[in-house]
Amino acid sequence: MDLSFDLLGNALVSGLLLGGFYAAVTIGVTISFGMLDIVNIAHPAFIILGSYTAYIANSVFGFDPILSSIVLLPAFYLLGVAIYHVYDVSFERRGDASIRGLAFFFGLLFITEVTLVLTFGVDYRLVDAPYIGPSLHFGVIDLPLRLLVPFVVSLALIGALQLFMSYTFIGRAVQAVAQDPMALRLMAANPSKIKRIAFGLSIASASVAGAILIIIQPVEPSIARDYIGRIFAICVMGGLGSFSGTIVAAMILGIMESFTSTFYGPSWSPAVAFGFLLITLAIRPAGLFGRG
Amino acid sequence: MRNLLFILLAIVAAVATFAAAKLIGNAYVFFAGYVVLQYIVLATAWNILGGYTGYVNFGTAAFFALGAYTTVVLHKTVPFLPLPAMMLVGGVISGVIGLGMGYLTLRLRGTFFSIATLAMAVVAQTLITNWNFVGGSRGAYIIRPASSPIFPGDYIQYLFVVMLLLSVISVSAARAIQHSRLGYGFSAIRDDEAAAEASGVPTLRLKLIATALSGGLMGMAGAPLPYYVTYLDPASGFSLSYAVNTIAMPLIGGTATWLGPVIGAILLGTLQQVATVTISSALSLLLVGLLLVGFVIAAPKGIVGWFTR
Repeated sequence: MDLSFDLLGNALVSGLLLGGFYAAVTIGVTISFGMLDIVNIAHPAFIILGSYTAYIANSVFGFDPILSSIVLLPAFYLLGVAIYHVYDVSFERRGDASIRGLAFFFGLLFITEVTLVLTFGVDYRLVDAPYIGPSLHFGVIDLPLRLLVPFVVSLALIGALQLFMSYTFIGRAVQAVAQDPMALRLMAANPSKIKRIAFGLSIASASVAGAILIIIQPVEPSIARDYIGRIFAICVMGGLGSFSGTIVAAMILGIMESFTSTFYGPSWSPAVAFGFLLITLAIRPAGLFGRG
Repeated sequence: MRNLLFILLAIVAAVATFAAAKLIGNAYVFFAGYVVLQYIVLATAWNILGGYTGYVNFGTAAFFALGAYTTVVLHKTVPFLPLPAMMLVGGVISGVIGLGMGYLTLRLRGTFFSIATLAMAVVAQTLITNWNFVGGSRGAYIIRPASSPIFPGDYIQYLFVVMLLLSVISVSAARAIQHSRLGYGFSAIRDDEAAAEASGVPTLRLKLIATALSGGLMGMAGAPLPYYVTYLDPASGFSLSYAVNTIAMPLIGGTATWLGPVIGAILLGTLQQVATVTISSALSLLLVGLLLVGFVIAAPKGIVGWFTR
């Protein structure tokens, strides 16, 4: 194996950019699983749904995929609110959230995927935008805009969410729910209502994440599954519910995957995330930055 | 004693099933019946872990496909080995993998175990896809023998009978476990793991037993698959539909008893066979997803729950 600096540098840079994108994909689960303790394994399916809405906006109406995904944020927010309502009434209030809640989200994952297959078929779909194609060059390092734009959008998305969580009343209430729902109830606040808002936000993030996904790679319904492992690996490794932990863990995974596919071939890269997840769970389930 | 009686009854039911299939005299009945029986085994196996102890396994496809790929390897190396022996090997391999993964993740919260099983399915699929000996991503062709040395008649009928026996074995085992010390330990874990641990139930050991048993049965159910489909590739062996079906069937039938998964598998399996032929296979999968979500919301105790108070 010829370990040249060019190859190494490019693998590192594209891994970092990929990691930034993975952070956007994961941030919804960081909120729902990490902070609200709702095991939304259907999250990747909603991201793919976001890819398809961006695809329609782009191919039918000619809009920019990222702008259209921002316009669609309220629709995804409402979808999240609706799903949380069903989840809350059917499982959380009955105190039966574990098995049936998991099966519920697994069913949603499957329904979304099959519905997309029935509507759009299994062809790979692409979007068209001016920043897909050209690259910036710094010496031997290439910065493809196709990866750089999602990277920037992703960090902006997470930054906005972090500001919301730190500086607004509702955002702080969400953090309170994450810490101690019982105490919140004693303060005469309703945790369900706050969780509904937070879950809505987590699904809303899937709109933007989906749009940048379809910029990075062509999308077909079943690729949702490849992201389940990545998302949960990052979320667990990032310490469940920590935004900065999510970004760091996402970048570590991005770099590892990029190295694997550069030096061993892309067919091995799905195993990286899952191997990583298994090792994290076995050795340090609290994550890199978690307590305990 | 009651177990013996149950096994006798189950064998009678199995013989009656085979006789009925023979009487219809259509080869397709055996093809479709095989799939339904396979799901009885898978749903029952899933329920030993998922229903009795409350740990959700999303990795059915991995255990199932490991059994199937064990057969592919054995077929290439020792082709004279009879199918039941191959199934035993496949079952042992899947069981050991289940044990290993359980050892790594079962000490954590149940959700982590579930996510790890999803992860394991993808790791296993990647390994198989990159393993050329079993065909890699191109898949493997297995020539189905014309007849079996230990069974007179068509090979498909032989596969049907083998799966019928396996379902009798797994359902009897599930029922025996449910009424044994082991079963009471399992339900103690499901109801309150901390309390069970505090009262001296060896929770980790019991969970490992459940995972190994469940994984082993899934592997055995997968072992005859290469001879049934004659062409096996990673995408179809590790298909997510196995995982969805195997979770949907016990939850629709009812997870608390051995009967639930059997009812769920027969109903849902038959429904899917009919829907695949008459409508389309994608639509029949959508049906399964909708039924799963509908049942977990509206009928948390499944069909069995309608008849018990």
